[in-house]
Amino acid sequence: MIPRPKPERFRLRRTMMFMNAQKPGLIKDAYIYGVDSIMLDLEDAVAENQKDAARFSLYHALKTIDYGDTEVIVRINGLDTPHWQEDIRVCVAGGADGIRIAKCESAQDVLTVEKAVEAAEKEFGVEVGRTLLMAALESPKGILNAYEICAASPRMFGVAISGGDFRKCMQTKPTASGIDMVTARGMMLIAARAVGIQCFDTVFTDLDDMEGFINETKQNKEMGFDGKSLINPKQIRPVHEIFAPTEKEVMQAELMVRAFREAAAQGIGVFTVNGKMVDVAFIPGAERTLKLAKACGMYEGDLV
Amino acid sequence: MKNAVGRDIPEFLLKDGREVYQGKNYMDGKYLQKAAPRTRRYEKPQESKLVDSIVDALKQVGAKSGMTFSFHHHLRNGDFVVNMVMQAAIEELGLDNITIAATSLGEAHDPVAQYIEEGKVVGIQTSGIRGKIGEVVSAGKLKTPAIIRSHGGRPRAIEAGEVHIDIAVVAAPTSDCVGNCRGIGGKSNCGSLGYAMTDAKYADHVIVVTDCLVDFPNMPASVEAIDVDAVVVVDSIGNPKKIASAAARISQNPRDLMMAENVAKVIASTPYFKEGFSFQTGVGGPSLAANLFLEKYMDERGIKMGWAIGGICGPMVEMLKKGKVGKVIDVQDFDLDAVNSINQTPGHFEMSASQYANPANKGAFVNKLDFVVLAALEIDTGFNVNVLTGSDGVLRGAPGGHPDTAAGSKCCIIVTPLVRGRMATVCKNVVTVTTPGDCVDVLVTDYGIAVNPLRPDLIKCLDDAGIPHVTIESLQEKAYSLVGTPDDLEWEDKVVAVLEARDGTILDVVRKIKPLKL
Amino acid sequence: MIIEKSAVAGTLESSDAQVTVEPAENGIELEISSSVMNQYGRQIKATVLETLDRLDVKNGRVTVVDKGALDCTLKARVECAVFRSCGQSDKNIPWGGAIK
Repeated sequence: MIPRPKPERFRLRRTMMFMNAQKPGLIKDAYIYGVDSIMLDLEDAVAENQKDAARFSLYHALKTIDYGDTEVIVRINGLDTPHWQEDIRVCVAGGADGIRIAKCESAQDVLTVEKAVEAAEKEFGVEVGRTLLMAALESPKGILNAYEICAASPRMFGVAISGGDFRKCMQTKPTASGIDMVTARGMMLIAARAVGIQCFDTVFTDLDDMEGFINETKQNKEMGFDGKSLINPKQIRPVHEIFAPTEKEVMQAELMVRAFREAAAQGIGVFTVNGKMVDVAFIPGAERTLKLAKACGMYEGDLV
Repeated sequence: MKNAVGRDIPEFLLKDGREVYQGKNYMDGKYLQKAAPRTRRYEKPQESKLVDSIVDALKQVGAKSGMTFSFHHHLRNGDFVVNMVMQAAIEELGLDNITIAATSLGEAHDPVAQYIEEGKVVGIQTSGIRGKIGEVVSAGKLKTPAIIRSHGGRPRAIEAGEVHIDIAVVAAPTSDCVGNCRGIGGKSNCGSLGYAMTDAKYADHVIVVTDCLVDFPNMPASVEAIDVDAVVVVDSIGNPKKIASAAARISQNPRDLMMAENVAKVIASTPYFKEGFSFQTGVGGPSLAANLFLEKYMDERGIKMGWAIGGICGPMVEMLKKGKVGKVIDVQDFDLDAVNSINQTPGHFEMSASQYANPANKGAFVNKLDFVVLAALEIDTGFNVNVLTGSDGVLRGAPGGHPDTAAGSKCCIIVTPLVRGRMATVCKNVVTVTTPGDCVDVLVTDYGIAVNPLRPDLIKCLDDAGIPHVTIESLQEKAYSLVGTPDDLEWEDKVVAVLEARDGTILDVVRKIKPLKL
Repeated sequence: MIIEKSAVAGTLESSDAQVTVEPAENGIELEISSSVMNQYGRQIKATVLETLDRLDVKNGRVTVVDKGALDCTLKARVECAVFRSCGQSDKNIPWGGAIK
C-alpha cells in the first residue's frame, strides 16, 4: 500500500495525460515521462461491458503503484450513466487525488458528485474534503454555466473544455487557428479566473501533426490556460517547453520575491527592485513563475 | 572452477588447455598458430564451376558424415540455404553426425530442429540461437553442448583451428560462373557478405549457392572465385521481405525516445565526443533512436562523426549522405537503404567479421571504437549482460558483436527498459553472462542511469554535465519492487550450451532447464 | 462467495492475465499457465489463492492464463471474475474490505 500525500488544490498542472484505467501495461508507470497529472480514464477509453473490470484494475493500481509526485486524477463516467456512483466509490476508496466530472453542465452536477464523494469519504474513512474535483465542460450549456460550475464547491481546482463533444454540439471541426473554440475557451477562462481556479485546454488528437499541436499549445499559453490534456507521452515535452518562463522572467521573479521577503522580515511594507517600487499584488505571480521555473529545471534556489 | 565473472565452469570442459574467463585482454600479447585449410588444386583452366544441384556440389567436394558445415546469416530470417543444404546432405545423401557452424541461426532454420531431434545434426556452433533450434537445444536434445561465440570470437576460433570447416556454403545474392560473389545486384540482396569472408578463406571446400547468375567477372567480389569449388544456381536463396526490412524506422515509442535521448546526453558528456568520434549502435528501438538525438548534439557542437561500424541501416546511411559521418564500414545490412548503399555511396565500405571484431588479429575495428550503444535481455548488478537466454532459461538470443564492441570501445552504453512485462531486465544475477561486466560502462533505463563504478572518469563526466545517475543496485531494487523478486531458475546438471568469451576462454555454460511444475 | 456461473475477466495482452472461474464442488481446482512460469509461477499461485481466500471462495475451477501480469493486475482479474460469476460486479463492491 502506497500512502499518498494530501492532494494540493493548487499545484502545477501543465500536462494531464489520459490513460486507459483498464490497460495494466499502460498504467503501471505512466509517471516516468514527467507528466504533472495522470488522468486514469473510466469513461470513453473503457468499453461499456468492461466498466466493472476497469474499477478493479484501478483500485489495485491506486493502492499498489507508487506514482511519486505525479498527481492521479480519475475521469469518471457521466452522471447520465449507471456507472458514476461506483466510479466515485472506487476513486475515494483507492485514494485518488481528484475526480474529473465528465459532461458537467451545471453547479448541481458538481454538487451531486460532491455529495457522493463525501458519502464515500465517510464510508471508507477518508478525511472529508480530501478528494478534489474538476469539471469537464463538453457542451454549450456547460460553457454558459461555467462560472456557477467553477464556484460550486471548495473542492473544485479547475475546469477543462472537452473539444470532441463540444465541437459536435457546435457543428464545427478543429481549425488551425482555433477560431472554432476561441469563444468557448475564452468564456471558460474568464469564469475560472473570476473564481480563482485553474483552467485546462482540450486534447489534440492528431499525434502526427506536432506542428499543429505546438501551435495550439502556444495559443493556450497566450490565452492564459494553466495546462493541457494529453493523449500521448510524446506531447508532454513540447507543452512543458512552451509553458516554461523565459530566463528574464525567472530572474525578475527571483529579485521581486527576494526583495519582498527581506522587506517583510524587516517589517517594511514598501519595497523596491532595481530602484522601482513594486506592488505586493505582483508577488503571488512571481512566486508562481519561480515554481514553474523549478519544475522546468530553470531555478534551483530555495525561495519556493 | 569459478571464472572472473563468478560462474562455475564444469571441469570436464577444461581440457586441451581450455581456460575459464580471466578478465578482459587476458590473451593480449600471446601468440597464435593459425590453422590452414587443405584445399583442392584446380590447375587446369575451367570455363565454369556450375553444377546442377546442391547434391552434386556436395558430392563433388566429398561431403561425408561427421563433417562440419558453415553458414552465414547475411540473409537473416529470410534464409533458405541452410535448410536446402541440410535437406540435401541428410535426406538425399544420407549423411549424419553433422556439425553446423553458423554465424547465426534463427526462426528461418526451424526445420533443423528436427535433424537435431533425430540425432543427425550432433553439433551446433553459432552466435545466434533462436526459434525451435533454441528450444530443442535447451531441452537437451543436441548430442554435444552447443558452442556460442561472438561475431569476433568465431573468426578467432576458425583461424586458431578450434573449428575446422569442411564445407562452407555461401549464400550469394549474385555470383558469376566461377564463384565471385556479391551481396547486391540480384533479387535477394543483402548488401554486406562480411560474415562469409573469413570462412571462405579457411574452409577446405566452398560451395556458392545463388539465385542470380551474372556475367563474369562479378566485381568487386566479396567472396572470391579463387576460394570457391562449385557454384549452384537455385530458384531462390531467400525471402527478400525477411532479408532486409523496407526501411528501419526510428521508433516513435515515447519510452524508447526518452531512453535514446538520455543515451545521447551521456555520450555528449564524455571527452570522446569530439570531431571525428566513432560510433556503433544496434537496431533495437532505443539504440537506433539514439542516432536522432546524437545528431542534434553534433550540430550544436559543430562536430562530425569520423566513422561508424556495425550492422548498418538507413538512418546511418542518411547521415553519411548528409556528410555528418565520414565513413561507414559494414559487416551486415539491416534494411534496403543500407543494402543499396554499400559499396555504392562514397565512404560506405564492406568488412569481414574478423576485421570487425576478432580479438586475436592485429587490431579489429572495434578496438578503435569510441562509443557503442547496445541492448540487453538482462543486466545484473555486476553490469554483466545477458543477450542469449530468456529469463525462463531458454536459448533465444545472440551475443553477436555485443561482447566484442563492449570490450573494444571506450564507452559501452547499454540501453534497456527496467522491466519488460513481468521480467526484471535489471536483476541480481543474469541467467547467462554473455558480455562481462568489466566491459560495460553505462546503463540507461527508463527509470534512471547507472555508471559502472569501474569508471569514475565517466561518473565525473555525468556529474559535470548535471546528468542525474543512481547505483545499479537501486535500479535493480526498483525493478524487483515493481515485478516481485523472481524465484531462482532450477537446472539439471546437463550442460546444453557453452558460452565462449571472445578470447576463447569459457565465460559461462547453459544447463538444461527444469521447468516449474505447480 | 459462491461461484454461480462461469465468468471471465482480463485479456491475453502482454502484462495482463485472463482469469476464468467456473462452478465446482470439491474445493479449488487451479490451473495456471504463464509466460513467466519458471520465475513467478509460485508467486502467481500464491496471489490467486490468497485472493480467492479473501473473497471466501471455497469451491470452483479457476483457470489463469498469465501474460506477465503484475500481482495487482492478477488480483483485479480474479476478483472481477468472481464478482461477475455472482452477477455482483457492478456495484457496492467492498473496496478496502474483501478487495485489498
